[in-house]
Amino acid sequence: MKPAPFEHHAPLTVEQAVAVLTEVGHDGKVLAGGQSLIPILNMRLASPAHLVDINRVAGLDTVEVTPDAVRVGALVRHAGLERSESAYAALPLLRQALVNVAHPAIRNRGTTVGSIAHADAAGEMPAILALTDGVVEVAGPTGSREIAWSDFFLGALETSLAAEELAVAVRFGRLPAGTGTAFTEAARRHGDYAMAGVGVTVTVTDGVVSGARASFVSVTDVPSVLDLGPALGGVEPGSGAWASALDDAAEAVRDHVDPEGDIHASADYRRMLVTELTRRVLPQAADRATTAPNAAFDRESAVTTLSSTPNAAFGGEGASDD
Amino acid sequence: MTETTSETLHDVTVTVNGVRHSAAVPARRLLSDFLRHDLELTGTHVGCEHGVCGACTVLVDGQPMRSCLMFAVTAQDHAITTVEGLCSAPDARVAPTGESMNPVQQAFAECHGLQCGFCTPGFLTTVTAYLEENPSPTSEEAREAISGNLCRCTGYQNIVKSVLRAAEIKAERAGGASGEEQS
Repeated sequence: MKPAPFEHHAPLTVEQAVAVLTEVGHDGKVLAGGQSLIPILNMRLASPAHLVDINRVAGLDTVEVTPDAVRVGALVRHAGLERSESAYAALPLLRQALVNVAHPAIRNRGTTVGSIAHADAAGEMPAILALTDGVVEVAGPTGSREIAWSDFFLGALETSLAAEELAVAVRFGRLPAGTGTAFTEAARRHGDYAMAGVGVTVTVTDGVVSGARASFVSVTDVPSVLDLGPALGGVEPGSGAWASALDDAAEAVRDHVDPEGDIHASADYRRMLVTELTRRVLPQAADRATTAPNAAFDRESAVTTLSSTPNAAFGGEGASDD
Repeated sequence: MTETTSETLHDVTVTVNGVRHSAAVPARRLLSDFLRHDLELTGTHVGCEHGVCGACTVLVDGQPMRSCLMFAVTAQDHAITTVEGLCSAPDARVAPTGESMNPVQQAFAECHGLQCGFCTPGFLTTVTAYLEENPSPTSEEAREAISGNLCRCTGYQNIVKSVLRAAEIKAERAGGASGEEQS
């Protein structure tokens, strides 16, 4: 449970970091928060010859809110973004999702950009980058480039970031006025990897839904966004047609996701779980869309507790998975 | 610790519990092992070494972090508080048994918040930092605050009680009510 030997590099600028990454190529790995990387090193699932520790690189630790986006530097810890009031005011979805990322001690160290670059299908923030039409800002030997989220995630733990490139920031896109958001996930143990999770945005114009999207955790290989407009568009939240529109949305989610089964939950259970979670968060998001400024956030609603009491929603065939 | 000679050693200086310490260690030395092996501060316990159990939690610049998920070289120039440092916190008081204890340590002793004690250093540091952020948690909040730390003995009931009691003791001491107990 100790890492294999490696050479430690501690660049002070982005240029130095990129120079080292260019020199060491595929033998190098970037260390930011290390909350995913160091367990992998400790268990010797990976043993890169070089670690490029960017913790001393200047200028990467800021959160900036612009009219279009919330820009998060590569050294911003999850906890820092979670506590940022300006980021919360601009995009409440960030905090709604971040409180689900592991435990506070992990969030104090782990970085949001690192979590996105790690590209774990069970990660919350890759899904949020997708849901907000986000962009990854990358520095490389030939200059900088931007990678749209849809071009960034290639597969489980695989991105289009080249070995000599450093992700210096991500930009989460802000949402149109009248948009409410919600996020929830379910895990066997509080703070553990989610068996399934979902974030949604619902835009309400003149009392009816004009747009709705969802993105998922642990039930798709790479983050993907499902357009729920066809299911919910034109429907007034809470009206008579709303319940059947939610059924249509749930059906669309069921068809969209492609979970794998493992020791924690079967594929069928995860599919049923994410469908139910989506059904729960859509009304929350719709509600927040009409109560400006999308502020009715409380920690309780962001964390789904799996009750041990039989629940109609979980009582169907194949749900007796515990 | 004897090191294989081929590994480059890095001079690492950190402030631990207010005292500056230096040691030459390989880059792969985890902060947890740096504290225990190089500085001989064995109060920090090492359980799972992949960030799950929370036993190795220390405060880095006041924030709880897993010392098994940090390298000593990265901790350079940071201020670390381990469980050994809690007894010299400003609100620590000498208990009738003779040991100086901060409110959290006092509460864990009073409420039987530990049995074997292996996980306790991680709980104490985590809860100490948590009460700075939320000085009067509900029992539900206390439970969430310790959700990143595993205990295989107590069943957590007494740990939750300890968190709530620690908040009381902390408030009492902040009010100066038991200042005269300081010897």
